[in-house]
Amino acid sequence: MEKAEGQQHPLSTYLWIWGLLFVLSTFSYLVDYFHVQGYLRWTLIIIFMLLKAGLIVSIFMHMAWERLALKCAILVPPLCLLVLIGLMFIEGDYTFLTRVGAFLR
Amino acid sequence: MTHTALTSTADSVALPGGFQGVTADLSSDKQVFPVPWGKAMMWIFLLSDTFIFSCFLISYMNVRISTTVPWPNSSEVFSLPIGGTDVPLILIAIMTFVLITSSGTMALAVNFGYRRDRAKTAALMLITAAFGAMFVGMQAFEWTKLIMEEGVRPWENPMGAPQFGSSFFMITGFHGAHVSAGVIYLCVVAARVLNGFYDRKGSYETVEITGLYWHFVDLVWVFIFAFFYLW
Repeated sequence: MEKAEGQQHPLSTYLWIWGLLFVLSTFSYLVDYFHVQGYLRWTLIIIFMLLKAGLIVSIFMHMAWERLALKCAILVPPLCLLVLIGLMFIEGDYTFLTRVGAFLR
Repeated sequence: MTHTALTSTADSVALPGGFQGVTADLSSDKQVFPVPWGKAMMWIFLLSDTFIFSCFLISYMNVRISTTVPWPNSSEVFSLPIGGTDVPLILIAIMTFVLITSSGTMALAVNFGYRRDRAKTAALMLITAAFGAMFVGMQAFEWTKLIMEEGVRPWENPMGAPQFGSSFFMITGFHGAHVSAGVIYLCVVAARVLNGFYDRKGSYETVEITGLYWHFVDLVWVFIFAFFYLW
């Protein structure tokens, strides 16, 4: 039955994940609605974002049932974006300090 | 038809799992990924799209860090008056729910496709496309409000840092273009489901591939929602 053709999973799996995505979206909206600020805000936003992204990729896009070779081929390359994020963070900070030093003295 | 033969050969041989499986997949004399080639290529396209959207979001992070002018408060910029009070970010929240709903109907469409239920698959895909069109419509409303009423331009805006406009139009514009393309893509595939094209072809994998694209569009919105609207 499984692997008979493509990806076949019980409907309930999708309905559960669908419901979870709704709940998580509501939570991330409530973060803004209740004006949570500072590190708690950023932590909550990132947690809800990663949970939603994980559920979409693994269940809706069926990545959880693919072979490890495909998982690695698709999910590992984006990790090098972390280097770009790090570089641009440092760069942005430097630009900010330069602007403050040059224009706001 | 060659790939069907290859896939079925790969399926019939018991493949090892885990990292041994990775080695076996990459080094054996067979097709590396035992999935339809269209699916593998869609994944690789989505990988490249990931980099495009990441570049937008990372450049947004860069300009937001480097500006000396306060960043506009997105919670207030995107609020709408409902019943006399300004509800923060409400339109964006509704857009998020619309897109998630469409993702759910798409997942069901893929499921019914593999059950060879033509009518339900096509109907669910068209519902998905309708939610996508609704999303684009709400985005058009949002852009109009921002441009006409709030005076946001790519080079300036009355609320604060001028980079707000350029980041906003670039990121949401590119995402909206992806949704619009997805709506057309969904309609084309749904029409083919209805006229029995995939029954004659003997495979509904195209529906799943379309689904991959659509879920990706939803996935990108998750990140835009978190980083642009909520941050």
